[in-house]
Amino acid sequence: MVEQIVFFIFTILVLGGGIGVITTKNIYYAALFFSASLSGMAGYFVLLNAGFLAAVQIVVYIGAIAILILFAIMLSRRMMTTKEQQTNRQTWLAAIASFLLFVALLGVVMQVTWPLSAEKHADNVLVLLGMSFLGSYVIPFEVVSVLLLVSLIGAIILARDIQTEEGRE
Amino acid sequence: MVPTPYYLLLAAVLFAIGAGGVMLRRNTLVILMCVELMMNAVNLTFVAFSHELNDMTGQVFVFMIMTVAAVEAAIGLAILVELYRLTRSVNIDEFNSLKG
Repeated sequence: MVEQIVFFIFTILVLGGGIGVITTKNIYYAALFFSASLSGMAGYFVLLNAGFLAAVQIVVYIGAIAILILFAIMLSRRMMTTKEQQTNRQTWLAAIASFLLFVALLGVVMQVTWPLSAEKHADNVLVLLGMSFLGSYVIPFEVVSVLLLVSLIGAIILARDIQTEEGRE
Repeated sequence: MVPTPYYLLLAAVLFAIGAGGVMLRRNTLVILMCVELMMNAVNLTFVAFSHELNDMTGQVFVFMIMTVAAVEAAIGLAILVELYRLTRSVNIDEFNSLKG
C-alpha cells in the first residue's frame, strides 16, 4: 500500500517534470523541471531494488548533467529571452508523432503476459554489481573508462581559447 | 508490489514526452534535456527488467548508459557553447548551413 503511494508520488514528479520541460517558455524553469524529473527517477530506482543506481543518478545526472546544462543556459543567456517563440511550426505534427510512438510502445507492452516477478530479491546488490563489473562485464567497464578519458581530452580541446594560443606563438 | 508493466508504460510515456520535446522545441538546450529524458526512460526500462528477472545485467547496462550520457552531455554542451560564441544564437532553426 505504501509502495503504491510512493510510486504515485514519483510518477507525478517524473511525468510532471517531463511535461514541464517541453511546455515551459522559460529555460531556467525547464532546467528545474528536468532536475525534478531526474530525482523522481532516482526514487524509482530505490523502489526497484537498485539503491546504488539511485545514488549514482543523483550524483551524476542531477549533480553534474543538470548543473552543466544550467551553466550552458547562463552562458547563452543573452540571445534566448522568454519572449521568443519557443516552439517551431511543427507543434501538432510533433504531438501526434509522439502520441503514436507511445501507442506503439503500449501495444508492445500489452501483448506480453507478464509473470509475477520473483518475491525474493537480492539484498546485496552492491556486491553483485561489483562482482559483475570485475567478472563478466569487465571489458565494458574498461572501455567506459577509456571513453571518459577521451571525452575529457575532447572537452579540453573544444573549450580552449584559440586566440590566446595564437597570440602566445 | 507494483507490477512491471506499470514501470514499462511509465518509461514509454516518458520516452514519448522526450521524443515530442525533441521534435517540438527550438532551444538546443531544451532539446538536449529531452534527449536526456529519453535516456532516463530507457534506464527505467532496464532497471524494471532487472528487478523482474532478478539479474544484475540490467543495472550494469544502466551504469554504462549513465556514463555515456554524462560524456555526451559534456561534449554536446561544449560544442553548443562554441556554436553560441560563433553565431550568438541557440535557436536550432538557425543551424542549417548543411541544408541543401
